[in-house]
Formats: sequence, structure tokens, C-alpha cells
Amino acid sequence: MTPAGASGAELGRRLREGDLSAAPAALNLVESKIRTDEVHALLREVSPAAIGSEPRGHLVGLTGPPGAGKSSLLSALVRAWRDDGRSVAVLAVDPSSKRSGGSLLGDRARIEFDPADDRVLIRSTAAGGRLGGLAPATRAAGHALSAAFDVVVIETVGVGQSETEVAEVADTVAVVVQPGSGDALQFIKSGIMEVPDVLVVTKADLGDIALRARRDLSASLRSLGEREKRVVAVSSIPPVSGIDDLVAALDAHRASLDLPARRTDARRTSALADYVVEHGERGLRALGGRRAALRYLAELDPGLDVATLVDRLEEKALTR
Amino acid sequence: MTVRLDRADRPWMMRTYAGHSTAAKSNELYRRNLAKGQTGLSVAFDLPTQTGYDPDHELARGEVGKVGVPVAHRGDMKQLMEGIPLDQMNTSMTINATAAWLLALYIVAAEEQDVPQEKLAGTTQNDIIKEFLARGTYAFPPGPSMRLIADMVAYTVTNIPKWNPINICSYHLQEAGATPVQEIAYSMSNAIAVLDAVRERVDQELMGPVFGRISFFVNAGVRFVEEHAKLRAMGQLWQELGRERYGVEDPKHLRFRYGVQVNSLGLTEQQPENNVQRIVLEALAVTLGRDARARAVQLPAWNEALGLPRPWDQQWALRIQQVLAYETDILEYPDIFEGSKVMEGLTAELVEGARAEMAVVAEHGGAVEAVSYMKGQLVDSHRERIRRIEAGEQTVVGINKFDSTEPSPLTADAEGGILVVDPETEAQQREAIAAWRSQRDQAAADEALAALRAAAESDDNLMEATIAAARAGVTTGEWSQALRDVFGSYRAPTGVGEATGGDVPGELIEAVREEVEQVSEGLGRRLKILVGKPGLDGHSNGAEQIAVRARDAGMDVVYEGIRLTPAQIAASALQEGVHVVGLSILSGSHKELIPDVVSALREKGVDVPVIVGGIIPEADVAPLKEAGVAAVYTPKDFDLTKIMRDIVELVGERNGVAASA
Repeated sequence: MTPAGASGAELGRRLREGDLSAAPAALNLVESKIRTDEVHALLREVSPAAIGSEPRGHLVGLTGPPGAGKSSLLSALVRAWRDDGRSVAVLAVDPSSKRSGGSLLGDRARIEFDPADDRVLIRSTAAGGRLGGLAPATRAAGHALSAAFDVVVIETVGVGQSETEVAEVADTVAVVVQPGSGDALQFIKSGIMEVPDVLVVTKADLGDIALRARRDLSASLRSLGEREKRVVAVSSIPPVSGIDDLVAALDAHRASLDLPARRTDARRTSALADYVVEHGERGLRALGGRRAALRYLAELDPGLDVATLVDRLEEKALTR
Repeated sequence: MTVRLDRADRPWMMRTYAGHSTAAKSNELYRRNLAKGQTGLSVAFDLPTQTGYDPDHELARGEVGKVGVPVAHRGDMKQLMEGIPLDQMNTSMTINATAAWLLALYIVAAEEQDVPQEKLAGTTQNDIIKEFLARGTYAFPPGPSMRLIADMVAYTVTNIPKWNPINICSYHLQEAGATPVQEIAYSMSNAIAVLDAVRERVDQELMGPVFGRISFFVNAGVRFVEEHAKLRAMGQLWQELGRERYGVEDPKHLRFRYGVQVNSLGLTEQQPENNVQRIVLEALAVTLGRDARARAVQLPAWNEALGLPRPWDQQWALRIQQVLAYETDILEYPDIFEGSKVMEGLTAELVEGARAEMAVVAEHGGAVEAVSYMKGQLVDSHRERIRRIEAGEQTVVGINKFDSTEPSPLTADAEGGILVVDPETEAQQREAIAAWRSQRDQAAADEALAALRAAAESDDNLMEATIAAARAGVTTGEWSQALRDVFGSYRAPTGVGEATGGDVPGELIEAVREEVEQVSEGLGRRLKILVGKPGLDGHSNGAEQIAVRARDAGMDVVYEGIRLTPAQIAASALQEGVHVVGLSILSGSHKELIPDVVSALREKGVDVPVIVGGIIPEADVAPLKEAGVAAVYTPKDFDLTKIMRDIVELVGERNGVAASA
């Protein structure tokens, strides 16, 4: 391994041109805490300002509690997308150990895909210090990969907090719920019903229990006035069912979006989150608080990448 | 109370777990073993046969004929049993995912000897839950796997009444680190899952005979007093279960019957001659008390931690049993622990502990649903065991105490005192299966496979269609593939995600964490390692412990699990951007697979160091290093934290980053 590797600008350009083989090196770079200038160069190359439009990939957030069947579901989804000719990247996020800082990323072992297929990429990522949350590098990775892949999935373990964090990055958020586990009830009670764009009830092969979970969720969504949200029941094990419906529901949500608006929001929220990770509450006060910071971001060019937005926030904090 | 029995008991059945290279060579070995006084057969199949692949499948590379005999079709089974009268033999087959298939081949081999199936006696291991938990040779998802087992039980109870269709295994749980309580609780919960599934497929009046045909395959460790109590506890719980849950009344049906292979986990590579004493003591655990004595015993060879045992090593293991049964007086007395306060107290403790843990499994929805939970518990227990050895709290002679030694004459020969399988075997088997396919009636084989698929899609018992396929000359890989087509494939939980944060002993771990931080800072991102097992070997305990310890040392660990092709590992290493790759192999296929992985990595432009752990004979270390491997670890490297330090230093060195301040 050469210490420097390919330049950020070159990797960004290759991603923009749809060169999937640039992705692993691009991800290594995006995670780097020391080559920050190169990281910025990469992100600039895949920003809407550079591309001339939003990156075309569909950023899907997939989240749910442990054991809900996310890995099996992902295996089935990846197969369906590939059958449809779409390239897929999965960023699988697992928590880091507080004690050691290390992490055990075991999802790769459970997602089935054809290793010879070079249009599928799976990358395991540690959440870092942020419990149930996303490391800044993961957001950046999602943005960068969406320039090259048709679908980019960010998979997280749902423990309440992470649903909202994923929603800040993804175009479409799917929350996975296991029937008969109390997950459905827990979820309804948690008051984050507005977060998911699509609800997925797994293990449809369980029959009545799955049907009941689906009915309960639909009823609560209706009572909240969230009528347009879909609840899809799937079985990821043979006989597989509902996967095509889920793919269609995700596509329908994406088609209904004002994508530039959602992405611009996502970048601004990400930039502020990254800024706070770096500079803390004190830094936020230097900007006049969260609302003032968001107002300031809203004045900027909507096509700017996250890194540049963070730079602008830092400049702003100094001048204020 | 009489002090002596009127007539001494007959010895238990004596077996040696054996099979290698080809059906012809294994048949020769079986006949020699029987001539030496072995009283039953125990067939070891190679990993492709166990996982349902033919010798010419990509995943079979390096594994053909290694840990057992390849049996790809009825011709192989016929040759394997050549000259062994199957109406008189009692054959135990260590076969699980493909058990229904191998039983069908055995039935057809018997037909060719003019022996009707109702005369057959023996055992198919057929315990899939422990494959998900500990051994890794599963082929289908849990639901269809349980159906196959239930079908076999339902079929044999009426058609092959002397057959034990399933051997519920606690053996592998202990190998995976289970405490005695866990071993009892998980195997009993497993039995409940099987019996509940069978109850749905047979009439209630058959439940007595069904219950009576369920046998166990247990382990015995060197703490042989407690281990004996464990078996008494299992007998007690088993009777309770039969009476209370399944309404079984007949005392004959309620008897707890078990076979045993004593512990391999505790066998050491250092001073391997000490393993003989360990094996003898462990054999006492399962033979000493008449009320909980094994029906069948197989003992490991002294050199299992070194590599594959030779016929002479296996003979030594058999002679241990023979001395115990024929020279000592243990078979002359009634139960010698009856009325012992200590033994009864120990047994009661274990029963109580096991009941509590069984309740936890039941809360998870039974053994099938609790696989993930149980796996996490086992990984934790194993971690604790290693911690105790590292910390010196648990003595292992020759490892953490009394470790100075004279050179051993037992390992002084060129091969290092183990069996080396002829590397030509695999190529020969590939040719042989191609010849078999070209010579059979293809239309008949296709028809049988179509019928098998149809049966799998319906709710019919799969045994009839399976036996018909065996007769039609279908191969092991084809039978399995037909069922994979219908049932889908599956990857089991790894347990590592569930393992709790480690309380790792010693000051070394703190120092290593510091080094990981330093190197990570230099690299710009956290040190990332890929851990996985190439080939078909599913013994993942070692790889899991390495993964957990690497996490506890502060690394980001991608644990990829088992059954990986070199291409898969190379693709993962590239996509994951890891700094180092750690591979584990215990099946002896390292000579083929490791160089394949290294070249697959280099082809993809991934130039990171590769380290290897497993049962690697000393003679193979130099060739592996020549093939580009940076370091090789074997069972004698028991200090995992030291291995972690080596890894950090290796990564630091390769990337020009200092590991220490």
C-alpha cells in the first residue's frame, strides 16, 4: 500500500464517471482523519455543484432492532436490485466498543451475494464513538457512493436514536420491524412514526402474527394522518414474498420526492452535525445557536458538499 | 446391597472415528480396525460430503478426503462397506445436513448385500442445531433442516427400528466452550425442538418408540468427577422430559442412551504425550458409574492437535478402551456412586442450573429460535475459558505450568507424527465422479431428482424420494443442490456480535490497545482486520475468539464467518479496505487454500499481510511463508493478546507507522 494512494480528486472524478472500482479506495480515503484535504477534494468532485445535478443514486436508510431480519432482507433486496440491473452499495454500520474503541462487524457474514459480481459492494463500518449513530465518515461515504451506484443502502441497528440520524442522510428510510416481538408496539409508542418512509414487517411466513403486526402499524399510521406511508410485509426466506412490493414502494417514495430539496437539507444537517462533533456546544454558540446556523446554511449555494459547508461554518464562527 | 454383580457387564461398544482419502482406503482401515477388536464402525465423512458438494465443486477444493472419506454416490458407499456384513454391523455416521442422503446410500448398499433395511443397526448424527451453533456443516435453513430430521425419525421408527435416527450432540457444545450446565441445557432444549417437530409428523402412540430411539452424543472433559455427575443429571432430566412432556411410560423408552467422544478441546500440541493421560481420565468419566455409563465410546488420538492421526495412533486409542474394559474391574460392580453425597449433590446442582437455562431458551421460543442467543453464550463461555488459561487460573500442564520438556521421540519422524493424505486423491476423485456421471442412466437420475424436488415442495416424507435418488445413481452434490433449489441456502448467526465486551486479563492488553491507537493514528483510520475461514471447515471457535479479542484490543474487525472461497475473501478484503487478513483452517486444507487466497488477494491488488491460524503441522509452516503468509499460529499459541500485538506490529511495519511511542 502506498502511503498516499490515488488522489482524492481523481477518485472523486472516477466515481462521478461511474467507475465502481474506485469505490474501495474512495471509502478508505473518506474514513481518513489525516488526509482531510484529499477527502475534501474527493467530496467536491461528487458534489451537485461539480456534477451539475444531484448524484443519481438512491440513498436508502435501512434500520431496525437486532434480530429483526435485516441481513436476510438485505440479501433478498440486493438480489432483486441486481436482477433489475441496478448496481448496489451497502454501508453496514455496527456499534463500537466503548471500552476498547474497536468493533465487531459481523453483518458481512450474513448477507448473501455473488462475490464475483463487481457491481455489488458491501462495506462494514463502525459507528465510532456515537452510540446508535452514524460516524461523519459514513454520511460522506453515502454521498460519495451515490455518485456511482444506482442504490446505496445505509444499514444501522435501530435503537431509537439512529432512525433519526439515518433520516438525516437518506432519501428514503425503511424501518424493519419483526412481528410478534413487541417491536411493532415499541415502535408505535416511541413516537418516531414520522421517521420512516416505508415500514417493513419481516417474517411474513409467520402468517397471522405478521398480518396482525402489519395491521397495527397501518392503523397507527392512519391515526397519525400518515396515509401515504406504505407498510410492506416480506418473507426473505423461501418462499420469498413481498420483496418486489418493497422495491416498488422504495422507488415510489423516491419518485415522489423533491430530491434536490431533501438532499440539500441532508447536506446542511450533516454539515452542522459534523461541525458539532468537531467543535462541540461552544462552537455552536459561536454561530449563535442551531437555528441561526441553519439559517446561515440556507443562504449558501445548495450544491455545496458537506466538507465545504463545514468550512463555511468554521469561517462564520470566526467572523462573528 | 450387593457389592458385586452376579455377572460382569458386557463392555460398551468400541469405535474409532475413522475415514480418509477414498472409500477403498477407508474400507481397508475399517477391516483392520475390526480385526483389532473394535466392535462398531464410526464413519468420518469428508467436508464436501458433509456439506453436500461433489468433489469437483469449487468449495470442495483442498477438502476432498481430508477429515474423512468422500462418499459421492451409491458406488462409493458400496465400496466403503465391502466385505462388512451390514446385518451384523453397528455403524455410526457423523453426518448431519446430508444425513437423510447418506442413510439412503447405506440402505441401498445393504440392498446390494441382500440385507433388508429392517435389519440395519446404527446411528446418524443428524443434529442440525449444533451445526448452527458450533460445527458449521449445515446446508439448508433451520425450518427445512428440522423437517428433514423429523422425516428421518418418522421413517426409521417404522422401517428401520434398530436405527438411531438422531444423536443429540452436546459434544460440540463443550468443544465450543460450553460449561457443563450449558451443555446439558442446550442439548436438552435441542432434543425438545426435535421431538416437538416429530410429534407433528407421527401418531401419538409412536411417541414412546420415537423417544426411545433418540440418543445423545456427549463430551467428557478432564474434570471427570463433575463430568460424570453431568451424565447422571442428563439421565434424570431426560426421564422427566419423556414422562412429563411426551407422556412416555415404558422404562425401556425412557432410558438415557448415549455415545461419547471424549474432549479434544483440552488436548495440547505441547508435550502431546500428555494427551494420553487426559484421554484415559476422560474415559473414566463415562464408564466408571454403571447408572450413567456410555453405550458406545470413541477416544481421540493423542496427536489430534497436531494433524490427522495415523492408523497406529488410532490403535493406541482403541487399546485404552480395551485395557479399561477387559483388564480393570469396573464392569464387575453395581453403580459405585449410589448413595454418594458428593455425587448426588453435584448432580442436583447441575440439574437445577440446567433447568434455569432451559427456561431461558424456552423464553426465546425454543432451541431453533434461540440459536443466536445460545451461540452468543457459547462464544462468551469460550472467551472466559481462554481468559482463565491465560491468567493462569486454570492449569493446563505443559501450557501455562510445567512447560519445559525434552524433545519428543513421538514427533521425530519426517511428517511430525501425523497422517498426510496423498495430494493426488482430490484429482482422482474429481475424475471418478465425472466417470460415474457419464456411465449412469442419466434419464433415471434426472427423473429421480425431479421427483425429489416435487417431494420437497410438498409436505411428503422426503425419505422415499431420497432412497429412489440413491438407487438411480444421483450424487451427493446433486441431491443437496435439488434441496437447496427448493429450501434456499442459509448462513447461520456468528455469535461474535452478541459476545459481550471482554474482561481481558493482564497489562499486555492495555499496552496493545495503546499500540492499536498509535498505529491507527498513523494510518489515518482505525486498524481494520478481516477474519474468516476459507474452505468447508465449520469449526469456527478459534476464528471467533480471535475476532472478539481483536475487537477488545481496539481493532475494527470484519468477521466474515465460514465457508468462503478465496475469491470471496479477496473481494471482501478489497471492499472492506482492511489492513490485514486473518484466516483459520483446521481441516488440513491449508496447503491448497491459503496460497490460493494469497494469490487471489494479489490479483485484486490487495497487498496486505495475511496471517494464518489452525492445525498446521510444523512441516507446512515454511511452505506457507514462502507462499506469502506473514505469520502462522497453531494451538500452542494460546496467548491471544500476544497474537494481537504481533498483528499491530506487522501492520505498523508494513505501513511505515511506528507501533510504540
